[in-house]
Amino acid sequence: MAAHLLQNYYETVAVILFSIGFTTLLLHRNMIKKIIGLNIMDTAVYLFLASKGYIEGRMAPIVTGGIQDMEAYINPIPAGLVLTGIVVSVSVTAVMLALTIRLYRRYGSLDIDEITMKARKEEN
Amino acid sequence: MDVIRNFPFIGIFFCMSSGVVNSVLPGKWAKKVSITAVTLNLVLSAAVLYYVIVTDQSYVYVMGHHPAPWGNEIRFGILEGIFATFFCMIMLLSVLGGIRRLEEDISEKRSNLFYVMVNLVMAAILALVYTNDLFTGYVFVEIMTIGACGLIVVRGESRSLVASVKYMIMSLIGSGLILISLSLIYDLTGHLLMSNIQEAIAQLVESGSYMEPLATAIALLSVGIAIKSALFPFHSWLPDTYTYATSTSSAILSSLISKAYIFLLIKVYYRVIGIQVIFQNKILHLLFAFGIAGMIMGSISAIRQNDLKRMIAYSSVAQIGYIYMGIGMGTTIGMLAAVFHMMSHSASKSMMFISASGLSSVSGRSCRFTRLRGAAHRNKLAGFAFLIGSFAMIGIPTTAGFISKVYFAQAAVQSPSNVKMIITIIALGISTILNAVYFMRAIIVIYSPVQEQGNHAKRKDTLMTAVLICFIVFNFALGLYSDIVVDYMRAGLAMFS
Repeated sequence: MAAHLLQNYYETVAVILFSIGFTTLLLHRNMIKKIIGLNIMDTAVYLFLASKGYIEGRMAPIVTGGIQDMEAYINPIPAGLVLTGIVVSVSVTAVMLALTIRLYRRYGSLDIDEITMKARKEEN
Repeated sequence: MDVIRNFPFIGIFFCMSSGVVNSVLPGKWAKKVSITAVTLNLVLSAAVLYYVIVTDQSYVYVMGHHPAPWGNEIRFGILEGIFATFFCMIMLLSVLGGIRRLEEDISEKRSNLFYVMVNLVMAAILALVYTNDLFTGYVFVEIMTIGACGLIVVRGESRSLVASVKYMIMSLIGSGLILISLSLIYDLTGHLLMSNIQEAIAQLVESGSYMEPLATAIALLSVGIAIKSALFPFHSWLPDTYTYATSTSSAILSSLISKAYIFLLIKVYYRVIGIQVIFQNKILHLLFAFGIAGMIMGSISAIRQNDLKRMIAYSSVAQIGYIYMGIGMGTTIGMLAAVFHMMSHSASKSMMFISASGLSSVSGRSCRFTRLRGAAHRNKLAGFAFLIGSFAMIGIPTTAGFISKVYFAQAAVQSPSNVKMIITIIALGISTILNAVYFMRAIIVIYSPVQEQGNHAKRKDTLMTAVLICFIVFNFALGLYSDIVVDYMRAGLAMFS
């Protein structure tokens, strides 16, 4: 078991990073750290995809000087998926940061629990 | 006739691009553009529905003429047609019905941004309904998340800001789980198109290899979508969001966005993983258990609320529980009941949010029960619509809610597992009683006689009147002619696999 984990260390690291990011996003009280957690979580997925898309000894499917054997190239789709994913996570991060700025201006705090309490108190 | 095959793509593209244009238009024009786009989509999807019903088969639309394993595809059959048409109609009615309230809630200068979000969400919903490509599905899930966040926050009040942040956090956790599960599925199968993945998964199951990663991927995807559609233990974001958003946004969030996610889940189960594989999977037991818990706990929380919108929000938690219970039964008829309940719930829930806004606008813009006393006498039609909606939620005959409960009970009786049958029937009984308790209380409050004739001279909201009449007619039609709808849904589900 442990040997398998060591052998596939990219995937192992990706899963560990994913869980770190996931827990930070879910449980941390500070908004900025939540956003960092979100980014760690997404990056873990990209690491996973990139490691799956890489085969040692093969090259990117850019044809120069005639097409070689099929075995000489890697599948470019995982890299494409990573790029799409990066675009998505950048835009989501931007939205989250914008919301955080507005929250900070309104409540003067980045602590989500404190903000919720303040908002409740204002209502009553 | 063949030109109709282009309609799904044209609809999505038009919605998306007019949304971009809306961001530079003044609010009055953006409203017109947005309503035109939704109406056009309604017409286009109705044409698609007519086409697939007449020809009785499903079609694959190849984008950019790249053939199957490489290109991107749109697929439409009867079920897609039904839901695309239905979602467009509910979207149109929700936007029109809440327009007056919207103009009070959002300043004229920023109101075009609301319509940008409406267009984005509409395009994302249609894309999720039609797409045949998993990664496209993921991208549109994210677009819908951002659009939904915009719909909540556009009101500009501080409470809706906090609610939208909470929504975003939970939603992003769901997206993360969906993304990693899609990566796993891609690694296992090497495909992104749903039909190719299904073939590859069938081979994997046959050879019995990679079963653990496959089960993990299915579990992660199911939980991710369950978080996004507010299944019971993950519903913490829902009450605040629905309460503090403007009424149109609440209607769109509860009856379109969460339903589109569930539609995607059902689609993935049928088209990607294969229905026979998923019926053997243990994740369905989990969804079943969460669904049952949601039915009971959502209703119990709803009883404790003293705010009408909040009560309707908690009732949504219970109704989402019904849908997941149907999916979790692990039979075709349970799936059918879940699909029908998706439709009946979203028809009545959007009506209730619009009528709640009508009731609160004659009660000093408050949804507190103390202020709403006798509101149905001040706004008779909104009160009546709320009454019909409550009947549908409780499951009084002639409403669609009754029909879906009948189907759930039938599915329970025909379920292969005795435990699930007993639990389902008991839970249906308890949850019906609980629903009756809190909706009856709300109805008694809004219909209680009042002496003073206070702010009676309100501006007449003819648009809302027309929309509520449409909603009432539609709800009754869905209840009375449910046989036809269910027959088509059955055909659509058969076409799915």
